Amino acid sequence: MKPIALIATRKGLFKLDSEHNISEVAFIGDPVSMVLTDNKNNVWYAALDLGHFGVKLHRSDDQGQSWKEVSAPSYPQTDDKAKGDSLELIWCLEFAEPGNPDKLWAGTVPGGLFFSEDGGQHWALNQTLWQFKQQQEWFGGGFDHAGIHSICVDPRDHNEIKVAVSCAGVWVTKDAGKTWQNQSEGMRAAYMPPEQEFDPIIQDPHRLVQCPSNPDVLWVQHHNGIFSSIDNSQSWQEYKEVPPSTFGFATVVHPQDANKAWFVPGIKDESRIPVAAQLVVTRTTDGGKTFESLSEGLPQQACYDLVFRHALDIDTTGEKLLMGSTTGNLWLSDNQGDKWQCLSNYLPPIYAIRFIE
Amino acid sequence: MPTVVFTSNLKRHLDCPPQQVSGGSLHDVLKSIFSDNPKLVSYIVDDQFRIRKHILISIDNELITDRIHLTDKVTSESKIYIFQALSGG
Repeated sequence: MKPIALIATRKGLFKLDSEHNISEVAFIGDPVSMVLTDNKNNVWYAALDLGHFGVKLHRSDDQGQSWKEVSAPSYPQTDDKAKGDSLELIWCLEFAEPGNPDKLWAGTVPGGLFFSEDGGQHWALNQTLWQFKQQQEWFGGGFDHAGIHSICVDPRDHNEIKVAVSCAGVWVTKDAGKTWQNQSEGMRAAYMPPEQEFDPIIQDPHRLVQCPSNPDVLWVQHHNGIFSSIDNSQSWQEYKEVPPSTFGFATVVHPQDANKAWFVPGIKDESRIPVAAQLVVTRTTDGGKTFESLSEGLPQQACYDLVFRHALDIDTTGEKLLMGSTTGNLWLSDNQGDKWQCLSNYLPPIYAIRFIE
Repeated sequence: MPTVVFTSNLKRHLDCPPQQVSGGSLHDVLKSIFSDNPKLVSYIVDDQFRIRKHILISIDNELITDRIHLTDKVTSESKIYIFQALSGG
């Protein structure tokens, strides 16, 4: 049966097929932090966080039937070994050029962006962005050190890339990483002292997504709430009154309709459970003028699931959404979130979900 | 020659039978091991060539003390165990 999505979990990589069967792919027992698929070329990548033995990257050229370990990104050695940085997590992976399965961007903790042009055999740290990190002393959000969790390669020009950093806001390059500019104007961090609320360097976007068919529109689920940009991240607008909560981690945007976006709200900051123990998905269909809570098929009592930032995905048609939680529940919607069907209650904690395109 | 033995848990990921290697310090021993088995490098040391946080190494039943510069002494009769901490999984 043809797989339609991959599910990266705390205890291995799984796949979902079109008949809603879930089966093991690889790495059972090991944490898989991220997956990336290029189905035209049959290439899949899986990033592992082995704990004791460090971060690893594996590549498959036959859609997961066999895997080969390739190099993980590595931070440059420093004169002072005690203070030098080391890779802690591959938090996001994206293809750098459409149709080329070998050119990759990797966002990592502790804050480095890496590029590979040979399928992960070799990696280069983007030194320009890294210098900003070192000089500005980006701080961590969720981890002890800063991390890049979102990479948006502009479909109009793959040299234009936006990355989101916890915590350093949104950064943009238009020359494939030679120069960078922070573009977080309008983002607000209520958790900071009043004088620093709008400081672009301390913003904590939890997830950044870009509409493929209308790339000037971007949506952000921020620690502080929901934001969007309609001018290619030149400015950001905050949506403050969105019940039951504007806090969350995940967001997706409809691939053909930039006005449609989805979020999974929770109680901020440390609690991170559904409001009133009722899991809902928040949706806007009019570019943020209104928001609605979608709950049909989702647990409405005694639910304490959290949906991590990469654990909600939308397919290329914009009809199907797949959502996984820290409690190992997996839900599918075939109708843009109007109704959800639980596909499993027994998966390990879910880190990331990708529809296979 | 010093003998190096690896935790069985590492064998889930890599082939790493016990090895006899040369060297007067842990640094020398690791360099020798890694030259024979380059894939092992990132499993034992981090990007700065420090011992990974959740890896433990003993030399003749004593835990090493220098996890950064790897200067702990090794004799020709030493037995070195590379194993994992109970934390960090």
